[in-house]
Amino acid sequence: MANRTPTIGAAQFKLLEKLCRAVGVSGGESEVRKIVLDEIKSFVDEVNVDALGNVLATKKGRGAKRLRLMLDAHMDEVGFMLVADDGEGLYRFKTIGGIDPRNMVGKQVVVGKERTPGVIGAKPIHHTTPDERKKPLVEDTLRIDLGPESKIKVGERGTFAPNFQRVGPSLMSKSLDNRLGVATLIELLKASYPNVDLCAAFTVQEEIGLRGAKVAAQYFKPDLAIVVDATPAKDLPMQFDGENIFYNTKLGLGPAIYVSNFSTIDDPRLVRFITDAAQKAKIPYQVRQPGGGGTNAGSIQRAGMGAPVISISVPHRYTHSAVSVARIDDWKNTLALLHIAIHQITPALWK
Amino acid sequence: MKHLIQKLTDTFSPSGYEDAIRDVIRTEIKKFADEIRVDALGNLIARKGPSTGAQGGTRVMVAAHMDEIGLMATHVDEKGFVRFTSIGGVYPRNLPGGRVRFVNGTQGVIGLDGGTFGNDLPPLDKMFIDVGASNKNDCPIKTGDVAAFERPFLDLGNRVVAKSMDDRIGCAVAIEALRALRSTPNEVYFVFTTQEEVGTRGAQTSAYGIDPDLGFSIDVTGWGDTPGQRDFDVALGKGPAIKIRDGGMLSDPRVVDWMISTAEKKKIPYQREVLLGGTTDARAMQLVRSGIPVGCVSVPCRYVHSPSEMIDYGDVQYAVKLVSALLHAPIKLPLVGGK
Amino acid sequence: MTDILPFLKSLISAPGLSAYEGPVARLIEAKWKPLVDEISTSRIGSLHGLKKGRGKSPRPSIIIATHMDAIGLMVTKVEDGFIHLDEIGGIDVRILPGTPVIVHGKQDLPGVIVMPSLKTLPEGMRDGAIGLRHLLVDTGLLPSKVASLVRVGDLVSFNTPPIELTGDVISGHSLDNRASVAALTICLEELQTKSHLWDVWAVATTQEEETLGGAATSAFHLNPDLAIVVDVTFAKGPGADSWETFPLGKGITLGWGANLHPYLYKKFKELADKLEIPVAIDITPTHSGTDAYSIQVAREGIPTMLVGIPLRYMHTPVEVVAIKDMQRAGRLLAEFISGLEMDFVPKISWDDEDGK
Repeated sequence: MANRTPTIGAAQFKLLEKLCRAVGVSGGESEVRKIVLDEIKSFVDEVNVDALGNVLATKKGRGAKRLRLMLDAHMDEVGFMLVADDGEGLYRFKTIGGIDPRNMVGKQVVVGKERTPGVIGAKPIHHTTPDERKKPLVEDTLRIDLGPESKIKVGERGTFAPNFQRVGPSLMSKSLDNRLGVATLIELLKASYPNVDLCAAFTVQEEIGLRGAKVAAQYFKPDLAIVVDATPAKDLPMQFDGENIFYNTKLGLGPAIYVSNFSTIDDPRLVRFITDAAQKAKIPYQVRQPGGGGTNAGSIQRAGMGAPVISISVPHRYTHSAVSVARIDDWKNTLALLHIAIHQITPALWK
Repeated sequence: MKHLIQKLTDTFSPSGYEDAIRDVIRTEIKKFADEIRVDALGNLIARKGPSTGAQGGTRVMVAAHMDEIGLMATHVDEKGFVRFTSIGGVYPRNLPGGRVRFVNGTQGVIGLDGGTFGNDLPPLDKMFIDVGASNKNDCPIKTGDVAAFERPFLDLGNRVVAKSMDDRIGCAVAIEALRALRSTPNEVYFVFTTQEEVGTRGAQTSAYGIDPDLGFSIDVTGWGDTPGQRDFDVALGKGPAIKIRDGGMLSDPRVVDWMISTAEKKKIPYQREVLLGGTTDARAMQLVRSGIPVGCVSVPCRYVHSPSEMIDYGDVQYAVKLVSALLHAPIKLPLVGGK
Repeated sequence: MTDILPFLKSLISAPGLSAYEGPVARLIEAKWKPLVDEISTSRIGSLHGLKKGRGKSPRPSIIIATHMDAIGLMVTKVEDGFIHLDEIGGIDVRILPGTPVIVHGKQDLPGVIVMPSLKTLPEGMRDGAIGLRHLLVDTGLLPSKVASLVRVGDLVSFNTPPIELTGDVISGHSLDNRASVAALTICLEELQTKSHLWDVWAVATTQEEETLGGAATSAFHLNPDLAIVVDVTFAKGPGADSWETFPLGKGITLGWGANLHPYLYKKFKELADKLEIPVAIDITPTHSGTDAYSIQVAREGIPTMLVGIPLRYMHTPVEVVAIKDMQRAGRLLAEFISGLEMDFVPKISWDDEDGK
């Protein structure tokens, strides 16, 4: 394969849109898996699907003393599963992954392979009391409404209705977490990095406990791993006096490099390596605020004998809601940084 | 114009008791109006411009309310203390230690049950007015007597402070606009309305009587530029506000556009106003008879409904310019009427 | 019966917030023009379509009123690229986070209402439903661009697309009250081939969600002998199962209460039964919560009746209505109108107040 530099152009936007419009709720990632397999199969040496549904692909490098590098991007998104049929097209459901109930009510959804359209409605405001209105709706009182003649069975999964848009400098869509990571990893696989044995894991069930990555890491047994994800940007203005010091990351400042979160302390050598690479190549980057949250790096770091890990993510606002927002430039810079960094990975990293 | 503002704000006329202010305003305008009358609710109506609406003329109603908020005595107790209720939006916060003047001239001070020390703010019915009487018999106030806040007019240069800027400042703007309106192709009714503070009542009947093609009120609006104010994007010193919406009304978009384009053409600074609470005479005017397209020119005002309301003198002068510009020329709104 | 769905979908894809009904008014005017003899607009924007009757002049007149305005939002402040909001009409703020909208600034900008990061809100405002004063719109554009395109007072309307659910049911925003406009349109279509003695005014009122003002002023202006209001009512659904709710798609409702004339209720019920249109009684003891409230007391009073179309999730962007119910309402109206005798009004009696 020619050593192309991955860039983001019309084809990449098209692929991202296809990925974002796909429905792949944790445990039911088939639609996304299919797109990934189609996209990468001619660019990798070997690919297989494991017992959990992870797509595991390898590209061997050349030369002695190659490190075994694992790249991970989770394919799953948050959503729900229908658990009981109340009749008349109304279904009880349970959310899969962390969705704030305040983001669910009044939304259009799609269910199942056929993308059956539905809505999550609310008791009319006219029949609520002021106290009721102050409280958020509890998931148990919400129902998915598929219309009175619905034949959909319980057990089907669904999520927010697809809604991808490119607006000015931004991407606005559901599931930017983590279709941005998936799209980025696909592009990286189309280039070649002879200095490493590349192990690409498109993993499942991240949103419900970082589970797919655990077994993928057991399979690959890498020397180091980089997780590509989407991380929340909480960079909204303060609505009372004071400075926003809990922003996590900010849109427009470039890829976010993790140093520590709830599941992992990222390897300081990798942190230094990546930030040096960014500075040298003049690619903007930011450090994701430490604390809170988790990525697949947590599972990978402690699978089997363990491995040093780091996460690099695209910042996005309104995570796990019907519409998230990310900046196109942040995506471009994330891809550029990963490309440059991977090229520079040698055992000298560990000195 | 400050002299006029002082004369108006120094007058005591709470809702329903507008005689005093009506006389003051009538004296100011009688030389300039073509016709003056008073209707059944006490509204003072002054017409300027040809009576039957000449070619291209439009019948316009401009409302500024002449009543102010106040208090009404409910009971005089044995010791001569006067219990009271509110006329219009009177907030407990603005009362303790305040001074009032009754329409009959008696002056007094507002006290709280239990004294002035402590942090609680009692409701109105746990306050009273002390007029200095020693008992019921030598108290010159009886149940039903009406009072308004008393506070001296304060000229701070750019800023002017008085009680009842709401809406004597609107009356002042209307008076000056009437004075400046030498000629107009429109049939303009300047209506100094009554009982706005208790439900825009005067505006309703006067609009029914006049049945204009369009109308607007001139009133104060709130402010967003002092500590802790976050929700309202209007400030003093940035020009009059053109009201798009308030708590009771959506201005007719054609009227909003007309006001904005006039302001821009005449290079008059203005602000766009969306007020979350409160309303004006325009609300009543809009729904009278077959409906009237309405809007409002607002004078931003700090500390509204307190005894010390503050306006910016520049904003007031621009308001006069804007109102004059609106009324002076033929009005070209797409005024679709029914049959 | 002609297919009302394309027209209805166009109505619920156009903005038309209270006092700013222009875009939807134009769609309705275009649709009604070939169905009526004259079409005009009231002084505050309500649409009046007159279909003349065959009776000898002076003919009595009836208005059928459906409000065309919908709830929405308005910009109160633009700060740091984010937009602050006020509501027009009553919105349940609990449903707003994640709702797609259009900001009608100098251009139409797609955006989404977002729940702000909780730590940016004052203590005590972070739990429970986030209040409207703390919700924001993100348009995806940078702050300088937003400041140049969006101003205080600009409108923000819902941008949820209409979708069809199983069972001939449609979901979208503003079905309150565009579903009734569709029903009235069906009535006008039926009247093309049914003769009627009375003059019929099809009225699409403005500002129902804010002031009932369009109805009050149109009733004053047209001064009809009878008025029928068509509005949506509450359908049974999640969290909505009380006596005030009606099954979706199983029939329409007839209003009963002080706001409505019992004689008219009786006549409508008799007619519905005769036509085998399923109807249920919709009880509102005092205020019907519709344009009927202001119409009944216009001028010297007008006998008023209310026909209801059950709707789920009222005042959310995912309202749901059954197509069959709209058709039932349209048909019932047309039959009532064509059955009106010239001397109907003098015959209105209060003697049997117990109209049921």
